[in-house]
Amino acid sequence: MNPAIKINGIHKSFGNLHALKGIDLTIEQGEFFALLGPNGAGKSTLISILAGLIKPTAGDISVMGFDVVNQYQQARQLLGVVPQELVFDPFFNVREMLRFQAGYFGRGKENDAWVDEILEGLGLADKAHTNMRKLSGGMKRRALIAQALAHKPPVIVLDEPTAGVDVELRQMLWEFIKKLNREGHTIILTTHYLEEAEALCSRVGMMKQGEIVALDSTANLLNKFAGKKLRLTLGDVSLPNHIQSLLRHQEKGIFTFALTDMAQIEFVLSSLKVADIRVLDMHLSEADLEDVFLSLVGKAS
Amino acid sequence: MNNAKSTNVSEMSNSFRGPWTLLKKELLRFWRVAFQTVAAPVITALLYLLIFAHVLADHGQVYNGVPYTEFLVPGLIMMSVLQNAFANSSSSLIQSKVMGNLVFVLLTPLTHFQFFAAFLCAAIIRGLVVGLCIYLVAFCFVDIHIANPLLVVAFAFLGSALLGTFGIIAGIWADRFDQMAAFQNFVIMPLSFLSGVFYSIHSLPPFWQKMSHLNPFFYMIDGFRVGFFGKGDISPLISLSVVGGAFLVLALITLKMLKSGYKLRA
Repeated sequence: MNPAIKINGIHKSFGNLHALKGIDLTIEQGEFFALLGPNGAGKSTLISILAGLIKPTAGDISVMGFDVVNQYQQARQLLGVVPQELVFDPFFNVREMLRFQAGYFGRGKENDAWVDEILEGLGLADKAHTNMRKLSGGMKRRALIAQALAHKPPVIVLDEPTAGVDVELRQMLWEFIKKLNREGHTIILTTHYLEEAEALCSRVGMMKQGEIVALDSTANLLNKFAGKKLRLTLGDVSLPNHIQSLLRHQEKGIFTFALTDMAQIEFVLSSLKVADIRVLDMHLSEADLEDVFLSLVGKAS
Repeated sequence: MNNAKSTNVSEMSNSFRGPWTLLKKELLRFWRVAFQTVAAPVITALLYLLIFAHVLADHGQVYNGVPYTEFLVPGLIMMSVLQNAFANSSSSLIQSKVMGNLVFVLLTPLTHFQFFAAFLCAAIIRGLVVGLCIYLVAFCFVDIHIANPLLVVAFAFLGSALLGTFGIIAGIWADRFDQMAAFQNFVIMPLSFLSGVFYSIHSLPPFWQKMSHLNPFFYMIDGFRVGFFGKGDISPLISLSVVGGAFLVLALITLKMLKSGYKLRA
């Protein structure tokens, strides 16, 4: 079985800017994959190359075995991409747009049941005959996602689909996308909401300055990079030098430490006691993807 | 995997439905605003006809036996056909580019040729619809006969194809509305007004007669007019060759631009 997406040594330069520096990545069919990274890391450039909107300087990408440049017709047929920008065609209503979009991919009336399913799944059914221009921002976002799904692609790429979207829609969207994933669709997601990636995706790739800096299952990344997060409210104090290195974040008298095991917790607390610093409040939690992300890509995001 | 597999490459759609859908969308796009895209140019042409016919009716006959008002009608029809064919493809592309929704087409498996064919056909149809409407309305006021319908159809078709193609080039090239407006005002308008719509180039001084021969619009207008009156400033065969040749050259340039992804795919 061909991988859903195979990326081989992709480079992209815009003038002097080397935006992608040799990306290699394989995503198997049926995966729910997250591509994370700060703004400017190259995620959208990579997706644009995958979608055929940008040409790579070097390297190649295939979708289920079809090269996105030389076999672009087959590759695009298998691919549904949700663009990041909230774009729409003001001349048509939602259902018309979905029919057109499916039609470009050669699908006709036999596809109408699927269009109804998308409208239902994304909560757009009662807006089917509303002009795109008259939809609210959240509804436009749903319509944008619906358009990418209109031809029922087996590989779905969502570039920041929940940017500026309310909680209710996010829930609804993820339920629908999870259902598609269960039915066998491969999902690739870029997002700024790391908790989303953590909750949804089985595997994560992290990008920084045009390179992939981490690529592993979500569980492995969480285990590998950080164990526990200790948040202490100490007030306006200066920490003893030997625990400074464990400090990850400090703001308004609240100190957050990234620790690997329980012994380090004891160490921090006893050091504070020796220094005669009182703990006003304490909160201990498991590290999340955000901690992994921060430790890998720094605080640039 | 069952549902996902239903979009199998083996059952990949017939290749005709994609470009047909794009054509249908382009047609609906102008038809939805037909007041602006069809009615407005018909009214404009009619105003030209009424004003010029009134002012220049005493101008007498342009060719032997052809009164000025009658002479004016085919030129006005063809000018509107050309301008509207250009406007259709150019405005659709520039709007989609500025709005960003062209991405929906760029993400599809449509080939560059299918893309070209859809925009071209939509432009031709808009041009012909506007032309036909002006003809029908003008018919109420002016007694016009068509000497050679085949020539009329051939020039209307080729002319709108040429300008539709030119519109695609302009639409791909322009990044902003003001660039498109410049194209329209500094290229299309002067070429169409100086093409002999309102006069026979034989009434011009020799230098300007020669200059007119460099204007491709002249051949389209004159050839179209020969279809009506059976006579014109030059042989319709020359006009047909010039217009057909120009269309082929522009079509090849457009296809090359689309294939390379010029300004559309970075």
